[in-house]
This record gives sequence, structure tokens and C-alpha cells, in this order.
Amino acid sequence: MGEALHGIGVSSGVAAGPVYRVAAPPRLPERVAVPADRVDVEIERGAMALAAVVADLNRRAGAADRPAVVEILRAQAMMADDPVLRDSVTELIRAGADAAHAIDRAFAAHREAFAAAGGYLAERVADLDDLRDRAVAFYLGQPMPGIPAPGRPFVLAARDLAPADTAVLDPTTVLALVTEEGGPTAHTAIVARTLGIPAVVRCPGVLRVAEGTTVAVDGGAGTLWVDPSQADLDALMARDAERQERLSRSAGPGRTADGHPVALLANIGSASDLSGPAGDAAEGVGLFRTELLYLDRATPPAVDEEVATYSAVFAAAAGRRIVVRTLDAGADKPVPYLNHDVEPNPALGVRGIRLGWRQPDLLQAQLAAISTAASRTAAEVWVMAPMIATAAEAARFRDYCREAGLVKAGVMVEIPAAALRAESILSEVDFISIGTNDLSQYTFAADRQCGALADLLDPWQPALLELVAACAEAGKAAGKPVGVCGEAAADPALAVVLVGLGITSLSMAPRAIPAVREAVAAHALPDSQRLAAAVRGAADAIEARALARRHGAFHDPAR
Amino acid sequence: MPSRTVTVGSASGLHARPAALFVAAAGAQPVPVTIRTGDKKPVPARSMLSVLSLGAKFGTEVTIEAEGDGADAALDELATLLARDLDEDSEPAASGG
Repeated sequence: MGEALHGIGVSSGVAAGPVYRVAAPPRLPERVAVPADRVDVEIERGAMALAAVVADLNRRAGAADRPAVVEILRAQAMMADDPVLRDSVTELIRAGADAAHAIDRAFAAHREAFAAAGGYLAERVADLDDLRDRAVAFYLGQPMPGIPAPGRPFVLAARDLAPADTAVLDPTTVLALVTEEGGPTAHTAIVARTLGIPAVVRCPGVLRVAEGTTVAVDGGAGTLWVDPSQADLDALMARDAERQERLSRSAGPGRTADGHPVALLANIGSASDLSGPAGDAAEGVGLFRTELLYLDRATPPAVDEEVATYSAVFAAAAGRRIVVRTLDAGADKPVPYLNHDVEPNPALGVRGIRLGWRQPDLLQAQLAAISTAASRTAAEVWVMAPMIATAAEAARFRDYCREAGLVKAGVMVEIPAAALRAESILSEVDFISIGTNDLSQYTFAADRQCGALADLLDPWQPALLELVAACAEAGKAAGKPVGVCGEAAADPALAVVLVGLGITSLSMAPRAIPAVREAVAAHALPDSQRLAAAVRGAADAIEARALARRHGAFHDPAR
Repeated sequence: MPSRTVTVGSASGLHARPAALFVAAAGAQPVPVTIRTGDKKPVPARSMLSVLSLGAKFGTEVTIEAEGDGADAALDELATLLARDLDEDSEPAASGG
């Protein structure tokens, strides 16, 4: 098979197609003196560049179907279509600038005002930069930065993908994602798994592959083949079809090879996430995120609306266990009516349950609504709080739950302090669930949004697994369940390690369940325990993976 | 010059959705309209970037001004719009879309 590039597979599956890159933002060229008789032409070119950006955004808004995306794109179009902006570009060109520099400077004036205003406006600075880059790219005759639109299904290659890029990704045209940077918990991986398309991250060389070249991507093995022969492609696809077929037949509760149960649960945000065969595969819901009900609105939801929403989700859970996480707002998920102060460091600020302590009426109203909905359903409803740091907080949350009539109360472990004191936390509550994404961020002091720190955020980091082990041991001593509901649970090989550490349930995007079920079932508990012990002793994440490979955790029966 | 001073009624302030609705309405008027907060420099109401830069929040007092034929009618329409909670109003449209 042609040249092979290797990275970390973060979303399994095989896909092949022409590769196209997310175009890099243009560099401003050297200043050009515009001759007096060309000034009007230059003004026209500047206006055309802005108009092209507006037309492109409106075209994309017309093609998008999610209302939130349409609204974002239309608002951006209005910013690029601004008469004041157009006038200042014209004036700057009359004063001697070429259109590229005039556009840059016209945006810079607004950029400064936005940045100075702070809060919501400061966050829109990236939008202004994007609009400027698009206009300058058009003027220079370069492709518009952002997701390409080659007009046929393609494999998307990028240095890394930002949330803004992925908000408009269309899974019917994007066959696979391959990034040169990023990491297993970065945004790219999460989006790919949600969309159910193969993805490989940290794949050096992918940006050197010429655009339009056919590539094949194996998102499980983490391999990309450049220009494979038809025969190789056919063989690869046949092997993947076989794997898909085998996984689609896999069913039933999670079990190790020697019959120890490991609950395989779904992470969901709404009832629709549980629909279809993917949702049916779950033994229950390990994480129901309730943020959707609170975001994008001016006032808190009414009690009736809250009860109705929860009832619909509980009905979809159809008698299975469902773990509801109370509102996890703040940091990257601001809610206007929650009176967020401007925080220099929102991930370390008043977020999650800390907002609940500040506005207990809102937390109590939510728990009451969950309790009302729970009383009308056959589903087994558990409740947990995000961002718990101490046993005292866990006890306080449990008291709120009991007051509301909720029987099973637990907490998320995302803060290292909570993991280290898992035993005292478990003496207060009925269960814990480890959010590995935030636990990584706080353990390694590495911002989840920061692509350059992806190495530290790798869920195979032994220090992270050490904290998971501490929680699992505390759970075993207390005889209480300890689950994992972060991205780590969706990695089949790592799932085997987690089981070996003593984790009792794994919660993930529903599509990831069959592959995890297969991996867990391929190992007897003592094997998993030996593997877990070896991985805990590894020097770093790379060695941890290598050890797991040697132990056969990456074993794929189809190969 | 005819003017109106109103309190912004949108819960999220003159941002995002409310700003877009206001700017579109201002652009549709037969006369140019300006908007300002306090004694600051008035900016064109049909400029999305300028209106956003005001940073007007829920409860901020803003003054709109216009001159010429139809100025009063234009100001009345825009003042009514500013005073409404445009986040609330647009919700049914968003969920129906």
C-alpha cells in the first residue's frame, strides 16, 4: 500500500476519499503603493472582497439546517456587511493603503473596541479576525480560510480544528478528520466520535499531502495511507465492513471474558441521543447533560418545561438507569441569567456546583423537577453534581437531593482534590463518576482548549490513571459504584485498563459502545488488572500505550 | 434633533440576536439614525460593529437620534424595538426554524 502516515486513532472506522485542507489564514503581503489612477479600482477591489465574504457566509447560512448555526453565520455576515467598516476601508485606501492593509486596519479598530469591552464582545474578537482573514484571502486570490467546500465528499486535514470550524461540519460530506496536532481529548476527537466518522490526530505529514490526493483513513489504528491502490483500498474496506458487521451483532450487557459485569452506558444531552440502534446498545445513561435546557435563553426554564424535558428523556431511557448531572454552567458554557462575574480564569472560577451554591433556589428547582419527572417514570434515576471539590460539598449536595426526594445521589470527580479524598466523599454519597477530561485539565494544569498542550491531556497519562485508581479503590472499599464518563471510556484499549483499575461502569457517546464492549469482553479480569498495573508504572502516555499494545489491549480479532 | 431615550429591554443586552434585529430595522428606515450611550459619541445605528461596540447591557439607557422626513416615526419604531426583550421574542422563530 502507498506511503503510510501514523498518528493516534481517536474515532474508529475506515474511510477513503480526496483530502482537502483547512486553508491557513493568509499572511498580509508587503505594502503596495497604489498609483493615483488606480485608487478607485483598489477601492472597488476592497469592497468586492468584503462583499464576497458576506455572500459566502449567507450562502453557508442558507445551506445550514441547525438554527443556531444559521444565526451565527448571519450575524457574521452582518458584521462583514457593515457600512462603517466599508467606509473606513475606502478612506484608508484614499489615504494611500492597499486594500489588504486597509481591510486589516479597518477591522483592527473594531477589534480594539471589542477587546476593551471584555466579556461577550472580547470573545467575538476571533470572529473579527476570521472575517478579516476571509476578506484578505479573497483579495489575494487565495482560498478562504476555514472548512473547504470542494463539492464532493472529502477527508478533512488540518493543523487542529477549532470549535468554530466543527460547528459547521457536515457529516455527509466530511468522510474523516485527520489533524497534525490536537490530542485524544481535544475537540476534534469529541466531534468525530459524536458524528461517527473516523479520525486520526497528531498525524505528522498530513498537511504535506497534495490536495485532492486519494487517502484512506483507519481511525481505529491511527493510520493514513496516501494514494492506495484500488486492490489495497478494497481489502481495507472489506476488513472494515467485516468489523462493522461483527460490531453490529455485538449486543447485551458489558462483561469481561470471565463474566464480570461492566455497565456500558451512554453520554447524552437530549432524548434524541438515545434513539436508534446506537442508543439501544446502551445499558443505561451514565451522563445526561442538562445544560441544553438552560443555554441560549434569557431566563431560567419554567418548572413545567423542565419536568416535561426530563420526562421525555426518562421515557427514552425506558426503564434503564439514567444518571442526571445537575447544571454544569460557567467556564465555556456561560448562562446569561446566572450573573457571571467577569473572571480572569473561568475554568478555575465559579462554575458547576459552585454556581448552585451561589443560587441554591435554581439548584433546588432543578432537583425538584428531576424528582417530579422521576416519580412518573420506570427509569432508575440517579443524580450527580459537577465540580465537587470536598466531602463537605458532597454531603451538602446529598442533603439537597434527599430533600427533593431523590434516592441515589452522587458526585462527579473532576478535581484532583476530590480524587485524592474519594474515600471520604464516598462516605457521604452513593456513587462517583470520573470526568476524565476535566480531571486531566486540572491535574496537569493544562487548558482543554489549548492544542499545544495536547500531550499533557492524553488520557493515557499515568498520573491521571493513578487518580482513577485511587477512586476505584475507594469504591471497592465502600462497595459503591465508580464510573468513568469522560472521553477515556470511549477508547477501547483504555477501557480495558479502566476495568483493570476497578472501574464499574463506562459511559460514552452511544456509537462508541460496540467497540468498547468487544474490547472489554476480550480480556479476563486478571488480565485487565495485570495490564492496569503495568500501565500505572509507565513513564508517560507513549510508554503506557506501548505497554498496552504489548499486552494485546489493541488486539483486533479481524486482523 | 428628534431623539428618544430608552432602556434596553433584551435580557442578554444589545448583543447577538437583539443587535442583529435592531441593526436590520435601523437599516430599513428612510432616514439615517444614530445611537449612543450617555454622552459618548453617537454611532450609526445600521452599523452592526458600532452597535455591538456600545456594549449596551440589559437596563442600559441608550439615545437614538434622527433628522428629516419620517424621523419621528423611525425613532418610535426603533425605540419600541429596543425596549422589548428581543431574546424572548425570537425564541419561537428559532425553534420553528
